[in-house]
Amino acid sequence: MEISITVNGEARTADVEPRMLLTHVIREEFELTGTHLGCDTTSCGACTVLMDGEPVKSCTMFGVQADGRQVTTVEGLADAGGLDPIQTAFQEEHGLQCGFCTPGMMLVGAALLERDPAPSEDDIRWAISGNICRCTGYMNIVKAIQAAAKAKAGTPAAATA
Amino acid sequence: MSTQAPEAQEQIRGVGHSVRRKEDARFIRGRGNYIDDIRLPGMLHMAILRSPFAHAAINGVDTARAAAAPGVIAVVTGELMAQHDLAWMPTMSGDTQAVLATDKVRFQGQEVAAVVATDPYLAKDALELIDVDYDPLDVVISPQQAMAVDAPVIRDEKDGQSDNHIYHWESGDQEATDAAFASADRVVSLDTFYPRSHPAPLETCGCIADVDGATGQATIYMTSQAPHAIRTVFALVAGLPEENIRIVSPDIGGGFGNKVPVYPGYVVATAASLLLGHPVKWIEDRSENLISTGFARDFYMHGELALNADGRIAGLRTSLLADEGAFHADAQPSKLRVGLFHVVTGSYDFPAAHVVADGYYTNKAPGGVAYRCSFRVTEASYLIERLVQNAAYEIGMDPADFRKKNFIRKDQFPYRTPTGFEYDSGDYEAAMDLALAKIGYAELRKEQEAKRAEGSLWGIGLASFTEAVGAGPHHDYDILGLKMNDGAELRIHPTGKAILKISSKTQGQGHETTFAQIVAEELGIQPEDIKVQHGDTDNTPYGLGTYASRSTPTVGAATAMVSRRVAEKARKIAAHLLEVSEEDIEFTRPNFSVKGAPDKAVTIQDVAFAAYTNFPDGMEAGLEGSFYYDPPNLTFPFGTYAVAVEVDPETGVWHVRRMVAVDDCGVRINPMIVEGQIHGGLTEGYGIAAMELITFDEAGNCIGSNFVDYLLPTAVETPRFELGETVTPSPHHPIGAKGVGESATVGSPAAYVNAVIDALWPLGVRNIDMPLTSAKVWEAIEAAKAAS
Repeated sequence: MEISITVNGEARTADVEPRMLLTHVIREEFELTGTHLGCDTTSCGACTVLMDGEPVKSCTMFGVQADGRQVTTVEGLADAGGLDPIQTAFQEEHGLQCGFCTPGMMLVGAALLERDPAPSEDDIRWAISGNICRCTGYMNIVKAIQAAAKAKAGTPAAATA
Repeated sequence: MSTQAPEAQEQIRGVGHSVRRKEDARFIRGRGNYIDDIRLPGMLHMAILRSPFAHAAINGVDTARAAAAPGVIAVVTGELMAQHDLAWMPTMSGDTQAVLATDKVRFQGQEVAAVVATDPYLAKDALELIDVDYDPLDVVISPQQAMAVDAPVIRDEKDGQSDNHIYHWESGDQEATDAAFASADRVVSLDTFYPRSHPAPLETCGCIADVDGATGQATIYMTSQAPHAIRTVFALVAGLPEENIRIVSPDIGGGFGNKVPVYPGYVVATAASLLLGHPVKWIEDRSENLISTGFARDFYMHGELALNADGRIAGLRTSLLADEGAFHADAQPSKLRVGLFHVVTGSYDFPAAHVVADGYYTNKAPGGVAYRCSFRVTEASYLIERLVQNAAYEIGMDPADFRKKNFIRKDQFPYRTPTGFEYDSGDYEAAMDLALAKIGYAELRKEQEAKRAEGSLWGIGLASFTEAVGAGPHHDYDILGLKMNDGAELRIHPTGKAILKISSKTQGQGHETTFAQIVAEELGIQPEDIKVQHGDTDNTPYGLGTYASRSTPTVGAATAMVSRRVAEKARKIAAHLLEVSEEDIEFTRPNFSVKGAPDKAVTIQDVAFAAYTNFPDGMEAGLEGSFYYDPPNLTFPFGTYAVAVEVDPETGVWHVRRMVAVDDCGVRINPMIVEGQIHGGLTEGYGIAAMELITFDEAGNCIGSNFVDYLLPTAVETPRFELGETVTPSPHHPIGAKGVGESATVGSPAAYVNAVIDALWPLGVRNIDMPLTSAKVWEAIEAAKAAS
């Protein structure tokens, strides 16, 4: 069936089977391969995207459920003005190793900072608790989200852009 | 270590600098290139039918309905593979493994048939239409069951195999050990089970096989930690000419040992591509990954320490039962049946040790891999560190004091262990002292005493591990005869930029940055100007890959050595440019200058340009070299981990209050990356100690077949780590570095468990086998109460 999704600000349409998972619609139909599939059971969060600004796990949603919605993937984090502070912070703080969980982690972090510009360490750890990282032990992911919060607070214009 | 002009160090940022990772630029933009991101024209999709039974005879496989299903191009069975002599393949341990089952299935999840279709959904649909006629057989799920006289013989297809025994292996000196025990004042023993776990990288395994029928060229994109070794194995398995096989290992979403072996899916996809003339993609789902690919551990361990009256260890005896699963497919050096387990003497100085191990077939998945460790070193380290703590308590000593009394002293290195390792360097007491100081050990013990008086269960656990990494010297270490030596090729371009090609393969360790820093250190070219290429067998030198913390000890060394080789030629060109003799040239990176006249100088970049534009007569053009490194010895990183826990006596729930990790991995090339590796290892060690478990019911059903059942630590449970370092360089490594990627997984499980046992010791609890779930801890508390 025909679906229309606004992906990273751009109107996209696709003709998909009703059973096709949102992850596969994003990866195969829209050719945005930054969204990864890690576990198939909503456990690991590698497939996280933002739907209308909220993190969702795209491996346990059908593409048709995103019809008419706004979806942001990792490819939509940067804009013409450059990288999102969360992206810069993940690199600066060594918040990634193999990179497979990173898109989901950054999107969850970005959504958290939209909701709460100055989260505590516990807030951050709870926010990313639906996302598994096998490489970093989370220490530097937490630091990266804290650093991004600081960067956004320091540059209000960038935060609202 | 190289000489650098002091003012240039900050600019060059070689060894010792926390250079931000070059590889991150693509990952933070979602532009990594993982296996499932690759799409080739005309690509087909493969799905694998797996056995629901742990042990069953196959009477027949009917593919008619599946073959007629929408989108299906082919159905591949064991019978079809057998027609091409591909129904079985060799394993890395010299055994054989079924590619697709023909006679019977031997573990739940074993590969039985495969469907190739135009779409991955349609391929999976058609799996349900394959009818397999099974006759279930009796099931064996432990080595204890496997050795029973009436146990079913799992590998009845093997000539001469009349039981389930695979190997018997010994190390050390039995006679000397028996004598040490005979004269010992006291013997302390421990029986413990290191359960089966799974590396579970976040990306599963997969491949795209692209075989061109016209040219015979086979390009196989594969999630492989060891692409060169895989190429040679493929040449041997499939009989393809090795020059026609190109393995490309793209970005890998974590490996941890899981992506070392050859899996049946790779072989079937390659055969299917060859037969169909299309590229064939196969990507595991999570359950397939957990139930069928390389597991870890599954060792039943018995250990005994002989103690003298003065608290000195006199000897160690261990015996192991190894559960190898249905096919002996361990990925480890050929000569060593239980890997480097004989490093079990750990950080301690005593004269006698004896290790006995027996491996058995069971109806469980094959492929014992070293989950973030060097060949069974984790099991060894766990056993000795658990034994040492129990021994200390049994003789009424503080475990820190007991360790110090028995440590190999700094002045004893190089130290020959009773099982034959030669430890290169160490200062165990310094690492322990730093860990104890950082965690405030003396105060913690006082606090613990006060808490105990109030009825609270507080515990402190230590582990002082020694790891053996960087296999290895060619006379001792090979896999299927391939020596475990690795290569590096370095080419400096006319503009002074460079490309370094290495035989190892990063899975997140940051090789593209770290190895560029080694070249930077040696030649004075900035890391940003050095491209590091890896993972493509057509475009990198041969080597055995990245696992067992071997990349820095082997490829890192090769990189330093090839840089020095290139520097030798650069010096000649510099002499030519400066019109002096070679002996008069001094190399203070990045400058070649005339001795005594430092103003008369050219840079490495000037030399690079001259290598293509203005080189002396009689010299070859260009500035490049290659080097294959044969390590003279393993490297032996070490450290002390200290953990403070609180256990809830009512529920058995325990949490980590403090976790201090002091690591000594010699010279740190990129401290930021090293600390990241340690964080990751401490987390996986915590997962193993607390929750990660692959187990089986009596029928051989795998419990732990998805991330709902196979638990991994999240950001909430994972402890906050406090790191410390001491630096004892490796005397034989060109830049003094040791491997470090796995130290924390090796060392930390014993520290966590020791802390919980320390908390429960006064109740009478002497051991709990991992994972220490709250239910098991609660049961141990209740059992101890009932017994007292």
